[in-house]
Amino acid sequence: MPGGGSPPGRFRHGGDEPEVVTTRRSRALEEFFLDIRGQSGLTILDLGGASQENVNFITNLGHRLYSENFLQILHETFGDEGTVDHSNPGQIEFFLRQALDYPEGHFDGVLLWDSLEYLAPALLRAVVARVHKIARQKSQMLAFFESDDKLERVPCYTFRILELSSLQLTQHGTRPAVQLFNNRGLEKLFADFQSVKFFLTRERLREVLVRV
Amino acid sequence: MWNKRRDEEPPKPYVPPPSHPPSPVAVPSAPSFTESKKEAAPVSSTPIARSDMDARSGMASIGKAVKIVGQIFSKEDLYVDGDLEGTVELLEHKLTVGPNGNIHAGVKAREVVALGTIQGNVEAADRIEIRKDARLVGDIRTARILIEDGAYFKGSIDIIKPEPARAAVKLPQPVAPAAPPPAAAIAGAEVKR
Repeated sequence: MPGGGSPPGRFRHGGDEPEVVTTRRSRALEEFFLDIRGQSGLTILDLGGASQENVNFITNLGHRLYSENFLQILHETFGDEGTVDHSNPGQIEFFLRQALDYPEGHFDGVLLWDSLEYLAPALLRAVVARVHKIARQKSQMLAFFESDDKLERVPCYTFRILELSSLQLTQHGTRPAVQLFNNRGLEKLFADFQSVKFFLTRERLREVLVRV
Repeated sequence: MWNKRRDEEPPKPYVPPPSHPPSPVAVPSAPSFTESKKEAAPVSSTPIARSDMDARSGMASIGKAVKIVGQIFSKEDLYVDGDLEGTVELLEHKLTVGPNGNIHAGVKAREVVALGTIQGNVEAADRIEIRKDARLVGDIRTARILIEDGAYFKGSIDIIKPEPARAAVKLPQPVAPAAPPPAAAIAGAEVKR
């Protein structure tokens, strides 16, 4: 499950598979927060659900945190592992109302984690367009994508912020790969955004910062 | 009505086992309880676990077969394991929402512990705890927050600086009631419609 510490107890893949916890340095995370350094009282949206670590880190910087358990809402709307068609317009609209119903330009930063990888094309386009709308211009979004775009199943992660440039990833199980991207695909996906910045890592997860 | 019971769950009188002394929750003996109106004791009407009872000792309690619609003002800690719709204010006290508790209300308290469901904005001057399996949908303003894994939270979190010295807090002067107190006042908790 993605997202700054999504509650593992509510919705998770992998059944009884043991969790694997790793830490990694994240330059994208560092740059995300350095971009808003010196400011306080900003509004940050975390799509990974609430975790103690992320709440502490973001609120200690003096920001207001909005928490959405994106994957749980996705699961409740479309069924586990996407059993309900992601291209149904009514369902898409319902999902957007549940998960991303915010005013235009409301957020000064969005932590998407790897949530976009769970979405089939029609829903993905709608979500990206909505996030573009609710994020303030020139704000940033942090996203993670698998670097191997030929996998059939991909790991589910929980992301927790340990420090400015350090993340704890908890892997619990795998899920079918709904959609995987190469760099060109990501550039197309974020074509309406100001810029897309890729961070090279040795891990399998690519870090991407998108400027709205 | 505030003390309307659910149809599907008829009340069962709580009969403590003979080997144990009566629970302080089930049979309140604290002065605040005796001072309250005698019309209806808002105690749980169903047996509860011992650890639950320990946590609830000394608190006013709304049992899981109770539904309240209206405003609650309490001058003592309150445990809610039933349904509650409206507003809840315990400015100097702690609100605990039990595992069966379902609060659809704005909440203001010194401290809030959620084990059940809260839907509404929550202001906790001191701290809020959202325990495993709890569900909170609403905006939070508090000085400290604790979220356990497995909790569901949707909303915003504003961390406010704790109030300075308690001595600086100006307590309101007691005012003689202009009207008879609400009939539903219970165990230090006041229910208004």
